[in-house]
Amino acid sequence: MIANRDVNLTVAPGEIHAIVGENGAGKSTLMKILYGMLRPDEGTIAVDGRQVTFKTPTDAIAAGIGMVHQHFMLADNLTVLENVVLGAEPRKGLRLDRDAARTRIREIGEAYGMAVDPDRMVEELGVGDRQRVEILKVLYRGARVLILDEPTAVLVPSEVDQLFENLGELKREGVTIIFISHKLDEVLKVADAVTVIRAGTTVTTVDPKDVTARDLAELMVGSELPTPETRESTVTDRVVLAADGLRVTSPEGRTLLDDVSFRIRSGEILGIAGVEGNGQRELIGAVLGLQHLAAGTISLDGADVSSWSTRRRLEEGVGYIPQDRHRDGLLLEAPLWENAALGHQTAAPFSKGIWIDRAGARARTEAIVADYDVRTPGIEVPAHALSGGNQQKLIVGREMEAKPKVLVAAHPTRGVDVGAQAAIWDQLRDARAAGLATLLVSADLEELIGLSDTLVVIYRGRLVATLRPEEVTPEVLGSYMTGATVAEGAA
Amino acid sequence: MLLGVAAPTLAIAIAVAVSSVVLVISGDDPFEIYSAMWEFGTQLNSIISMINRAVPYYISGLAVAVGFKMNLFNIGVEGQYYLAGILAAVVGAWLDLPAPLHVACICIVAMAVGAAWAGIAGVLKATRGVNEVISTIMLNNIVGLGLGAWLMARFRESETGGSLQIATEHIPASGLMPDLNSWLEKIGLDVPQGSRLTGFLLVAIAVGVVFYLILERTRFGYDLRASGMNAWAAASSGVSSNAMVVKAMLLSGGIAGLVGMSYVLGDFGRFTGDFPTNLGFTGIAVALLGRNHPVGIGLAALLWGFLERSAQRLDLMDVPKEIVVIMQGTIVLSVVVAYEIVRRIRAAQLQREVSAQTDDERVSDVTGAGATA
Amino acid sequence: MSILEAHTVERDPGDRSRSSRRVSPLRWVAIAVAGFVVLAVIGEITDSGSLTGRGTFGAAVRLALPIGLAGLGGLWAERAGVINIGLEGMLILGTWFGAYGGVEYGPWWGVVFGVVGGALGGLVHAVATVGFGVDHIVSGVAINLLGPGVARYLNIVVFDDRTGATQSPRVSGDVGQLDLPFLAGGPILGWDTPDVLGWLARQEWFVLSDIGGALRGLTGGLSLVVVLGLALFPLTWWVLWRTAFGLRLRSCGEDPIAAESLGVNVYRLKTIAVTISGALAGLGGAVLVLVFASIYREGQTAGRGFIGLAAMIFGNWRPGGLALGAGLFGYTDAVQLRDEAAVHSLLLFVAALLAVLGVWSLARRRSLGGVLAVVAAIAVFAWWALTDEYPTQFVGFTPHITTLLVLAFASQRLRMPAADGAEYRRGQGR
Repeated sequence: MIANRDVNLTVAPGEIHAIVGENGAGKSTLMKILYGMLRPDEGTIAVDGRQVTFKTPTDAIAAGIGMVHQHFMLADNLTVLENVVLGAEPRKGLRLDRDAARTRIREIGEAYGMAVDPDRMVEELGVGDRQRVEILKVLYRGARVLILDEPTAVLVPSEVDQLFENLGELKREGVTIIFISHKLDEVLKVADAVTVIRAGTTVTTVDPKDVTARDLAELMVGSELPTPETRESTVTDRVVLAADGLRVTSPEGRTLLDDVSFRIRSGEILGIAGVEGNGQRELIGAVLGLQHLAAGTISLDGADVSSWSTRRRLEEGVGYIPQDRHRDGLLLEAPLWENAALGHQTAAPFSKGIWIDRAGARARTEAIVADYDVRTPGIEVPAHALSGGNQQKLIVGREMEAKPKVLVAAHPTRGVDVGAQAAIWDQLRDARAAGLATLLVSADLEELIGLSDTLVVIYRGRLVATLRPEEVTPEVLGSYMTGATVAEGAA
Repeated sequence: MLLGVAAPTLAIAIAVAVSSVVLVISGDDPFEIYSAMWEFGTQLNSIISMINRAVPYYISGLAVAVGFKMNLFNIGVEGQYYLAGILAAVVGAWLDLPAPLHVACICIVAMAVGAAWAGIAGVLKATRGVNEVISTIMLNNIVGLGLGAWLMARFRESETGGSLQIATEHIPASGLMPDLNSWLEKIGLDVPQGSRLTGFLLVAIAVGVVFYLILERTRFGYDLRASGMNAWAAASSGVSSNAMVVKAMLLSGGIAGLVGMSYVLGDFGRFTGDFPTNLGFTGIAVALLGRNHPVGIGLAALLWGFLERSAQRLDLMDVPKEIVVIMQGTIVLSVVVAYEIVRRIRAAQLQREVSAQTDDERVSDVTGAGATA
Repeated sequence: MSILEAHTVERDPGDRSRSSRRVSPLRWVAIAVAGFVVLAVIGEITDSGSLTGRGTFGAAVRLALPIGLAGLGGLWAERAGVINIGLEGMLILGTWFGAYGGVEYGPWWGVVFGVVGGALGGLVHAVATVGFGVDHIVSGVAINLLGPGVARYLNIVVFDDRTGATQSPRVSGDVGQLDLPFLAGGPILGWDTPDVLGWLARQEWFVLSDIGGALRGLTGGLSLVVVLGLALFPLTWWVLWRTAFGLRLRSCGEDPIAAESLGVNVYRLKTIAVTISGALAGLGGAVLVLVFASIYREGQTAGRGFIGLAAMIFGNWRPGGLALGAGLFGYTDAVQLRDEAAVHSLLLFVAALLAVLGVWSLARRRSLGGVLAVVAAIAVFAWWALTDEYPTQFVGFTPHITTLLVLAFASQRLRMPAADGAEYRRGQGR
């Protein structure tokens, strides 16, 4: 399989060079090659004009290249110091020389404006600090070229600003930065040069001053962008799902969700916008009955279901597309037909009385595979063998085919390719037209604006604004989500 | 399918090779020994003995396998069957019921005791997060290091008739399991003197069938396996993982309660101080070898029974029969290595198939964004 | 194209800091002293001096050491991310090889052979789990099968004509003893120093003499193998928590993928750790043979490998806690061996402990656990008050029930290495 071909990339010293491309365009493969985690079949890499071959990351580190991974490579239960020096420890005899390490880390931190207390446990750090530790790790090893893989994916806007300040500092000290992202506005803000990569090939390198985000996006996709556009309203008067005064507290007594109320009618999609970690998980848990309610009620079709078990709610017509399909949506080792039954194992065609109906389950699975375009050699293969997009299509298919009254969809198109994304949007719209009430939680603002009939913003566990999607822009929504704007008429 | 048979065959081949090396080093001729074992082990009374040995191993293996299916390691089958054996024997001697009912009652008591003892570990895990490996080890030790002896002291037989044997009262004949010799004779086999095919074989087979039906064919089994594979996803599908931990431990312990019953209801007719131990640990090996499948566990249990029976021939040849234990340990280790190798081959095969299906799709990141949150 | 994606709000740092803070060594000492004083008082009330007698503590150390060494083996393996349930098998290998070395070449060679025998078991576990990616528990079970089988086979092949299948000949001679100078009257360069603790123990001063006696038991008449074994606890702490090697080893147990990305050779470190794990268990086996029995006897390990594993978990995967856990087992064994009647008084001690635990839980507003503990305390107290003796059969499993209770009350506070038991393949990425 060819993941990259004809990739040409030239990065000048001391510049911030962005590489943009869609999920699956081959950015990660390129980075792995630059960092010695993969070896190219053809082609060469040169650092400072000298041709180099990297067999392992150690070689890349020796050549002054450092990588800040998207998924942090940090051990929670070790201190910052231990994480930073691991593998390159200063020693005094056999002992780890903590004093020398501490001094060195403080020096680097001060030089680049990234001070982190070396003696804190990593698990106590926030995401921004963790990222700083990752960068410190690389600088500690003397890297002059920094590769940052999707560094802003996990940061809130204020932390992104902080990161960009740090990057500016690094640049002034002469460090070269390769910045991988698909957030175009950020790229335009920080980069000195932008290279676009599509289907494994570099398309072009442009100066960010000459292009708009829309231009870049079309270069990335290579065609007109699909947009989720809900046509005429299908909202009816019949309230299917209602939440009143929901409150959820953590075991330590912190309030995670407070006074949340909303109504979703048949044929309506209610979009929940918010920065991740502001109570979305708890809200979904409350609707599904996975989360204990400290106060408030949930009703389904007019019946108070607050005391119902998760199973009973699912049986009464709640469908669920989870945010993290590997964790909450699939049995990775089980065959597809068993996965298709998950969440519906108590109902036809998956069971008859106390027995599992294997024939019925298999027939339904075959139908889902065919109708939802799940690419698989068969329904007996384990779920882990499928690509992320196909796994997601299977989940969407199983929930839609169960004909739910209410669908809880969390990030329904995360990590799927453009074609599958458009298909899933179509399915959501069709179900809506057929009367489905949908609670849509997403971080993709265009998806939220394009699909929702009503948008509410969740911030620190409260619903702080109700917005009309046809009037709102991503920028305005973003400012509500970060608490920068406090709305009138909060829901 | 071929690969499925390849792994255990490979494992047994490795084990035979390792044992041969050991035998050669200690100056014996492996071929001579194996052929003697085979010759002795395939005689009718040896086969009966093999099956009699395999019956408790099989039930023990099933008990462990229930736990494995739920991602629980019930290392406590050992204590569960021992305690169940004592109490079932005591109750059995005390009861006075017509024959089939009497046997059934004793078995139910045994299952209840096993379930209750395993249930302690289940409840501790579900409510207090106590690792079941540690709690079941502790529960084993509580039985093995004192509770068993204390119960025996309390319920020991009053009329010993001069015997020094520590034992509970005899269970009346109505509470004993008849042997199956008459069946063997019906099919024309001439059962040697002193050989008795245990009637508990039927119970073991029934337990195996029920095990298969419950785990593979019922909704409860689906829930249990789902929870074992991915507790989070199962919870999202309406399975409470804590409740399932307790249920799985109860089921596992219930089966474990029957492990010693072929002795209590068979040749012993009561619980004695020399009641066999280690059946629970053997069950772990047998469950691993049989891949938690009721048929696989059956074959593994028979293999264990065969090895132990035929080892008795070795003493006559002046070869330590412990070579068989080395063989068993090597089999367990090599079978998992073999399965691992087969699993990798199969995964690579699958990868090829899947990408053949989807090669028109764009290359995508291996992890997928769904796994990142 | 998403404009904003996958944001996470910074976690409240106060969230988990409590659970990650560990108890300082000073507090451990304080707890130990307080527990000891309670024991002494109970010994006084119930007139069972053996609860705190000096012989009891000496015996407790000897009985605890094999358990502690097995647990220490578990600690090395699990800190590197490999669960080692095969400790029992490695312990057994240690006993036979220890006896073989002792019989054939003398007691110190017994120590060496025991260590090597255990290390071989560890190496098998390492090859299976690290090299072949076998499930750690499966491999451990196999080693627990293999250990006794190999030991018995070898015993028959080597010693059968002399002593039969299940035991070895007697190891003659011993490895020598140590009395600490000044504290326990050991000699320095031929000069006998005063036996200060022994003197203190003889004064019959309330509590003080008890402490003196206990320390005298811990410092005098120690077999050199015991001294060696005890020294391994602080040594393990130093190596794992103070050296670069230790940091790398622990990083394999916490996050092998991160370690790999920094050039740490995870396979090699795990293999080393598991082999050392086996060696430590093997030393535990050698101690059983050389200090207690002077022979190898089948079944002499009596599940100590498993108990060591429990003690390690009880001790939160740290050497100090492990030593405390092993000490608990050793102590109850010692009391039982020396004075069965005194075990009855231990009920009072248990009642006191439960009461303290209950009050503490109530004060922290964990009402259910607190009430349960108080009720249990009252029940145990009633048991003590209403009976004159504790059934002898119960003595054997008292530490096991104690462990179970402690885990039931405290296991939420335990923290295993994050990647313990996880399968790791080189280059698997995240």
